Formats: sequence, C-alpha cells, structure tokens
Amino acid sequence: MARFVGRRLLYLLPVLLAVTLLTFLIAALLPGDLAYTMLGDQATPEKIAALRATMGLDLPIWQRYLHWLGGVLQGDFGRSFRTGETVLSAVADRMPVSLELMVAAEVLGLVIGIPLAILCAVKQGSAIDRFLTGLAFAKLSLPSFMVAILLIYLFAVQLNWLPATGYVPFTEDPLGNLRSFLLPAMTLAFAEWPVLMRVLRSDMIATLQEDYIAMAKAKGLKPARILLVHALKPSSLTLVTVTGINIGRLIGGALIVETIFALPGLGRLLVAAIYSRDFIILQGVVLFVAVGFVIVNFIVDMLYAVLDPRIRHGRA
Amino acid sequence: MAAPRGGRRPGAVLACALVWLALIGCAAIFANLLPLPSPTEMDLLGKRALPDAQHWLGNDQLGRDMLSRLIHGARISLSVGLLAPVIGVTVGGALGMLAGYFRGPLETLTVGGVDVLLAFPPLVFALAVTTYLGQSVLNLILVIGILGIPAFTRVARAVTLSLTEREFVVAARALGATHSRILLREILPNVALPLTAFFLLGVAVTIVVEGALSFLGLGVPPPAPSWGSMIGEGRESLDLAPWLAFLPAVVMFMTVLAFNVVGDSLRALTDPRPGAL
Repeated sequence: MARFVGRRLLYLLPVLLAVTLLTFLIAALLPGDLAYTMLGDQATPEKIAALRATMGLDLPIWQRYLHWLGGVLQGDFGRSFRTGETVLSAVADRMPVSLELMVAAEVLGLVIGIPLAILCAVKQGSAIDRFLTGLAFAKLSLPSFMVAILLIYLFAVQLNWLPATGYVPFTEDPLGNLRSFLLPAMTLAFAEWPVLMRVLRSDMIATLQEDYIAMAKAKGLKPARILLVHALKPSSLTLVTVTGINIGRLIGGALIVETIFALPGLGRLLVAAIYSRDFIILQGVVLFVAVGFVIVNFIVDMLYAVLDPRIRHGRA
Repeated sequence: MAAPRGGRRPGAVLACALVWLALIGCAAIFANLLPLPSPTEMDLLGKRALPDAQHWLGNDQLGRDMLSRLIHGARISLSVGLLAPVIGVTVGGALGMLAGYFRGPLETLTVGGVDVLLAFPPLVFALAVTTYLGQSVLNLILVIGILGIPAFTRVARAVTLSLTEREFVVAARALGATHSRILLREILPNVALPLTAFFLLGVAVTIVVEGALSFLGLGVPPPAPSWGSMIGEGRESLDLAPWLAFLPAVVMFMTVLAFNVVGDSLRALTDPRPGAL
C-alpha cells in the first residue's frame, strides 16, 4: 500500500505543477492587459508602463511564473486590486458555504438514490424499475439550472414555502440557514440521485444473485434484513467511489447553483470576479478549485485502492 | 437504423428522438427562410404578450417574438453543440489512437496532459477562458471544444488498446503493413463507431454547457438569442410569465434528451453487455 501511495504521489506532483502552469498561462497569454484593466480607459501610456513595471508585468514570462509560483507556495495568492482583499481570505470566507452545500446535496442525493436503487434491484424488470431507470436516464438531460428554475417556481413562487434566494449564516439563525440551503441542495441532489441509483442498482442486482443471499433466504431471514444487512454493504463499493468523484464534480456544478440562489460560496466568488474583471481573484480561485479537484481525485483513488486490493497490485 | 434488441420498444423512443432532431435541425437551417418576425426586434407595447396570429408563442419580457427567438436560438445552440465536439473528436480521437497504438512516452505524455486538463472543473475552465478571450460564439466553440478533448482521448485510447493485439491487426502487421495503414485501415473503422456514439453524447453535454454559460450571461453575447440566455432572462419574470423560462427549457431538454437517446442507442450497439452503464 505504501508503495502504491508513493507511486501515485510521485504522479500527483507533476500534475499539480502543470495545473499551476496552465492556470498562470491562461491569465498571462490571453489578450487583455492587467495594468490596462486596472487603470481604465483614461490611463496614459506612461502610467500603464509604470504600473506594469511595479507589478513585474514587463519581465519575461518564465520569471513572472516563477515569481507567482513562489508566492503561491508561501501561501501568497495575491490580492484583489478592486477590494484589496487577499485571495486566501476571500476563499477562506466562502469555503464553508460551498462545503455545506456540497455535503447537503450529497446526503440528499444518497437519501433519494439508495432506497430507489434497492427498490429497482428487488423488482428488477418490473414496471416501477423500468419507470425509474427511464426517469434517471431522462434526468441526465435536465441541467441543474433548469431544475433550479423549476424548484424556485414551485416552492418559492407558487407555494411560497422557501426563500428563492438569500443566505442566512448558521451562527445567526440555524433553522433559517438550513431553509436557505434546502432549494440549492435539492437542485444539486436532483443531478446526483440518478447517477447514484444507476450505480447501486446494477451492483445490487449482481449481489442478489450470490449464493449467500439464497442461503439467507433459505434460513428464513426477513427480506428487509437480507437487503439492508447482507446485500447493501457488499454492493456499495462503486457507490462509495462515485460519491467521492461526485464531490469533486459538484465543485463545478455548485458554481451555477450558488449564483442562482445567491449563496456566497466559491462559485459565486468566481462568477463575481468574472463580472467585475477581477483577474487576480479569478486566477486564485481557479487555481484553488483545480488543486482541490486534483487532491479530491487523488483521495478517491486511494479510497478505491483500500476497498479493492486488485487496484493496488495492478498497474498504476 | 436498427434498434438494439431486448429492451421494450426502444425503436419508438429512438424514432421520436430522430424526428425531433430533424424538426429542430430543419428549423435552425431554414430560420431565415421561414416567415418569422425578427428575433431581436422589440415591441415595447407587447411585452409578455400572449400568443396571437402574428406571434404564435407570444412575446418575451422585451416584446420580442418567442417562436422566432426559439428557432434562432436553435441555430446557436446546435452550431455550438455540433461544432465544439468536432474539435474533441478529431484531436482527441487522433491523440487517443496514437497513444493507444504506439504506447511508450507518447502515451505517458498524452495521459498526463489529459489528467491536467481534467483537473479543471469544465465549467470553471470555460468561464475563465471566455472571460479572458471575450464572449463570442467562435470562442465558445473553441473553449468547449478543447475541454472535450480529454474525454475523446480516453475513449479512443481505451478502444485502440483493446484492438492492437487482435488477430486482424497482428495479421496486417505480419503482412508488412505500415503503421499509418494499420491505424487508418484497421483501427480507425473500429474506433469510429464508439467515437460517433460518444460524439452524440458530447453534443448533448455541449448544449448543456453552452446553455449554462449563456444562462449566466457569460456565453453567447446578447441580443442574439440562445436557449440558455432565454431561460436566464425568463427567470426574472417567473412570477408574471413562467412560460418565458419554461418554453426554452422544454425545447432544450427535448433536444438534449434526443441526442442522449440516439447516442445511447448507438453505444448499446457497440457494447454487447446487457444493461451496461
């Protein structure tokens, strides 16, 4: 196991380095001069040149990269030239909101997906199974921003049960906080459950054909006990992985949902930085999210190897 | 086209999907020939007007004809949706085939590059790059197209890997065929079908990504209509006129679903495992 982790770590480093390089290059090579953006249309060429010099924008590109990377490695991601806030504190402020949304969405997705998967697996081939698998397939074509609109229309406009937008900090009003998270979390969970259901359903169908399940039935155990105790655990290996991968995927999906529901998370920070052309924040958040994504995927890889020894000993 | 056996009437669903795609496709191609009002002309007295003889689906919140905007929106969504995956399927397909066939350092480099590109959540990457490049349909196609390369590379490489040791490739090699001949005449025909299936699924994903970006106001620049931006604008009057958001949403959903159905039927043809994901 230690060798496997070591090998993956050795692979992780160049990938991370390439991620920083790409993030830097997107910002550095593409048109749109930072100094020009900062000073606005009225700036004189001399002023722009002076600012470029103080910011080091006139240095060769590899020097600028190394300088920036050096800062990043010391925890200095730069600061917004609009608000003066450092990237690090902006990200640290928004992170808890994004994490809460992600966890809430994943839990809701599992709460919907697991029972439906068990139902489908037990009644495999029945009308309900065909209906739910069909629904899950159709759901794959329904993007989250449509689900969000639908939920807002239903629960906020028509029924007036939940707030359409707005965010209440947990420390101020725990219940209000949960209420403000319910619709966005439901939106994301709607995208999650079909995937989770499909994965668990097919694993569960395979498990239910095992001999020890027939044995448990022959012993006269209750069907609920057989399903939940004997069949669910061995069937949930892929589910665990997919749940892990989804958490990484949710980082991207949360971007739209946070914007629609006005939740002050990382996604909203990113979109706000785009609207206000705040390139330093944008670069910092992209780097943060990408590195987070790589690390989550690395952890999922590790988790998979722990669960399935064949991977550890197979080719890396 | 033959539908896969075994399922319940997959033929009917597939036929519906093909008919819908043909309908939308024709409407998009002939949008300028159809007797439609302008999609950008505003009638400030007819804001959110209900359907009448002239405006079959009514007007939007700025008094623009909904049907015309839906059809012109189809033009943008379909051209982005079809062109962006072309970049992915050609570049990604070629890279994947080369990596899977020649192995060695080329494969390591390709797989590494793919991993780096996959490290960026696609929407974040697309947003960041369009911000720097500026919003235009061409930039949108380029960015989403490049984002699709890793997925196509993976599929092409996986299929090629499974082919290189098959008898017909070994036979061709034994007969002294050149690498390019083996790649083009033996491997490409076998990679083509899975890649085409994946291409159709890629079209569905691309339409969704374009819709999401335009929904945020960061995709197709206004006033050009796109389904995503129509949903985004319609959201403002969800209480007064919910159909302004729901009409484009339904059209977009049906189109994405249709591409998914066709792509999935094609994939089922190439994948003999019953009920495989």
